[in-house]
Formats: sequence, C-alpha cells, structure tokens
Amino acid sequence: MTGAIATVAPLVGQVEIHNRTGQNAPCQAQEGKVFCLGWAIDNFDRYTTPLLNQLFLVLIAVAIGFAVAFVFAILSHRQQWLVPTFTAATGVLYTIPSLAFIFLLLPITGLGWTTAIIVLSVYTLQIIYRNIVAGLANVPMDSKDAGRGMGMTDRQLLWRVELPLALPEIIAGLRIATVSTVAISTLMVFANVNTLGAPLYQQIDFKTNIVIAGGLSILMAIVLDALLLVAQRLLAPWRRPSMEALI
Amino acid sequence: MSGVLHLGVLSVFGDAIDFIFNQQEARTGQTQVGGPDQVLHLTGQHLKVTFLALGLAVAIALPIGVALGHFRRGEAVAISVGNAGRAVPELALIAFVAAFIGVGLVNVTFALAVLGIPPILTNSYVGVSQVDRNAVEAARGMGMRGLQVVARVELPLAVPTIMAGVRTGAINILATAALASLAGLSTLGDLILGRNVYGDAGVVAGAILIALLALALELSLAGLQWLLTPRGLKLARAGA
Repeated sequence: MTGAIATVAPLVGQVEIHNRTGQNAPCQAQEGKVFCLGWAIDNFDRYTTPLLNQLFLVLIAVAIGFAVAFVFAILSHRQQWLVPTFTAATGVLYTIPSLAFIFLLLPITGLGWTTAIIVLSVYTLQIIYRNIVAGLANVPMDSKDAGRGMGMTDRQLLWRVELPLALPEIIAGLRIATVSTVAISTLMVFANVNTLGAPLYQQIDFKTNIVIAGGLSILMAIVLDALLLVAQRLLAPWRRPSMEALI
Repeated sequence: MSGVLHLGVLSVFGDAIDFIFNQQEARTGQTQVGGPDQVLHLTGQHLKVTFLALGLAVAIALPIGVALGHFRRGEAVAISVGNAGRAVPELALIAFVAAFIGVGLVNVTFALAVLGIPPILTNSYVGVSQVDRNAVEAARGMGMRGLQVVARVELPLAVPTIMAGVRTGAINILATAALASLAGLSTLGDLILGRNVYGDAGVVAGAILIALLALALELSLAGLQWLLTPRGLKLARAGA
C-alpha cells in the first residue's frame, strides 16, 4: 500500500533549464530597455528546440484531432442524432480550461508528450467537427441530386461531391483549430514539454525573452494560418467559407 | 502494475477532495492551507477578476461589434480581430503584463479583457450583420430610427450569436485568470502553481475547482442567453 502511493511521483518535474542567467545580466540590468538585439542574436539558439517542439506538438495534435473529428462527422452525417450528442460532449471538454485539464490528466498520464497531445487534440475536436458538419450541411441539394442522377452511390457522393464542396468550411475549421492550438501549446511547459512556454515561464521578468518567445509563438500561428489559407484558395477556389464557419 | 497505478491515481484525487474540505499543514510547515475558508477566498478572487475583465471586454467590444454590424462595414477588421485573438498565447500575455506593464488587479483586469474582446466583437458583428434584411426593412417601414432598429430588432435577433461570443470570451478570461498568480494576483491558480506549498493535493484541488468554475460559468451564461433570447426566436428554432 505504501508502495502504491510512492509510485505517484511528483506531479511537476523540473523542466530542464539552460542555466545561462549570468549571460542575461548585461541586458536585464538595463531596466527601461525593452529589447536587447545583441542578446537576442547571441542567444537565439536557446529558442530553436522549444520552437521545433511546439511546431511538432501542434502538427501531431491537430492531425489526431482532425482524424477523430472527421470520423465522427462522417458517422453523424448518416446518423443525424449523433450531432447534438457529439457537440455537447466536445463542448463540455472545450469548456474546461487547458491549465486545469493538464493538471487533472497528470496523475493519470504523467508528465510528457502524451498528456500534452491528449489535451491539445481534445480542444481541436469541437471546432473541426462543427465545421465539417456545417460544410456538409451547406452542400446544395442540386449538386447532390446531380451526383445521384449520374448514378453515384452514397459513398461516391460523399467523397466526390459532398466533401469537396464542404472544403471551404473544413479548412476554415482547421485554421481556427491550428491557431488556437499554437497558443495553448505554450502552456505545455506545465506538462514538462519544452515548448516556447518554457522560456516564458522560466524567465518571466526578462523582457527580451518574453518578446522573443511570445513573438515566435504568434509568428508560428500566423504562418500556419497563412499556409492553410493558401491551401483553401488552391483546393477550393470557387467559394469562401460561410461566415458562421469563421467564428 | 496497472492496479498499483490505479490506487495511486485514486489517492491523489482523494487527497485533492480532502484538501478542499479540510485545512491541513502546508508542505513548508508552520502555516495551515486548504479547507473551505481558503478555497472560498481564492474562488472569490478568481471570480472577481473574471467578472471585472468580462464586464470591461463587453463594454468595449459589444458597441463596436454592433455598430460595425449595423452599418455592415469593416467585415475584414471584425473577422481578423477574432482570428488575432486566438493567436495570443495566454502565458505570453500574462508574462508581458508582468514584465512591461506591472502587476496587480487593474493591470491584470485589462490584460484579461484583451482575451475577451476578440470573440465578443467578432460575434456581435456577425450576429447583427446577418439579421434578416427584411426584418430591418419592416422595422424601418414601421417608422423606427437607427438606434431603435438596433435596440429592438437587430440586438434581440443577434442574441444567440453574441452570447456565444460572450461565453467564449468568459471562458478565455476565467482560464487565463488562473495564470494571474504570475502577475501578482491571488486566484485559484495559486494552488496549481504553488506545489511547493500546497503539494500534489493542492495542485489537483486547484485544477478540479477551476474546471468546475468554468462549467458553472458556462451553464449560467447559457441560462442568461436563454432568458435574453426573444420568444419568437426560440419557437422558430424548436419548429425547425
């Protein structure tokens, strides 16, 4: 019994800190200084690992979230009663603040990538699912009738008519999910994953550090969002997503 | 092995519940932590900054969004504000406030309001601009002026969309208020971020309380939305 309790290791391990605080001194000492370019150039390498980790984490989480949401969206396209059920379930999960979610999962899944990926992909479900369902619902009846008239089966109709026509909404959902996931993934420092939140949290009173780490995170969101926008314009140039899919 | 893990997990959550209901000695010794008094105090603090920031966000975002929607102008701006808001990392925002602006209730309130403004502004714009043109024309035909049209036709019909934005903003604010501890403001985040003092029980207790608070806020706002939605709109939805 005592052994059982002892296996519950400390919840929050220490994130590996590159102890180079000594190097900050010349910059940090200048109280009014907002940004030290020299320091930033000399120390930029300490942000590369967090940056790549965060990018990787976002891509995995959105991919898993999309796969799960897609399966449920297709299922509920045929079984409409699943729509309110799945919307309510993901809505409840979406309401739980990410920080609380992380610390509720830690005793079960432990520190590390598993917890981070679970939390982040769960948050993408609601948005992606809602937009796939909305996209499929917006497909004009005429297009479906035309497909049926050409002798398509339900499956052919789905893959060749309905899903392609739903692309603007589906990609709009992916954009929202990706941008939010980038922002939330900084918090994964609390699950001991070295994202851009790690430098933020470790030196929260060092201005140059905050500008770089926060700036890189926002930049990542902007770049991924732009890439998805380009993808949408290339894959579905004929129509913009409906406004409901953007909020 | 899995059985062992299971016992351990249960004991952490059990300890967390115990932490909420019974005062105990802090990890650091000497002081007493946990128990209903501290939990209620921190919950009160958390709600206080949440409602202050939400009120500020609504006061700023609602008029702007409704005005843009009424004149059907600035769609690009209204939509991009919502997008930009999602890109702001909450941890970076709190760090930015602590390092650049300063700590304390007022600064944190403004910072949290920043997170609430985008969804409220965007949804107010979308909600109002998508009100059926015929309804607006009918109102004008009945002799209503600009502000009357807004107050008596556009706003009531946009309630579901606007309230969806308010709910999103409220949850963003409540969630980030947990990080306010990093900017010198005591909230339930103290428990989560203060493992040295409160131990694992305190950390998990904080997480449970924040999650419950978020669900309670979401439910209350859903109730408020139901009260504000015009009866005709509810009937139309039920019939659809």
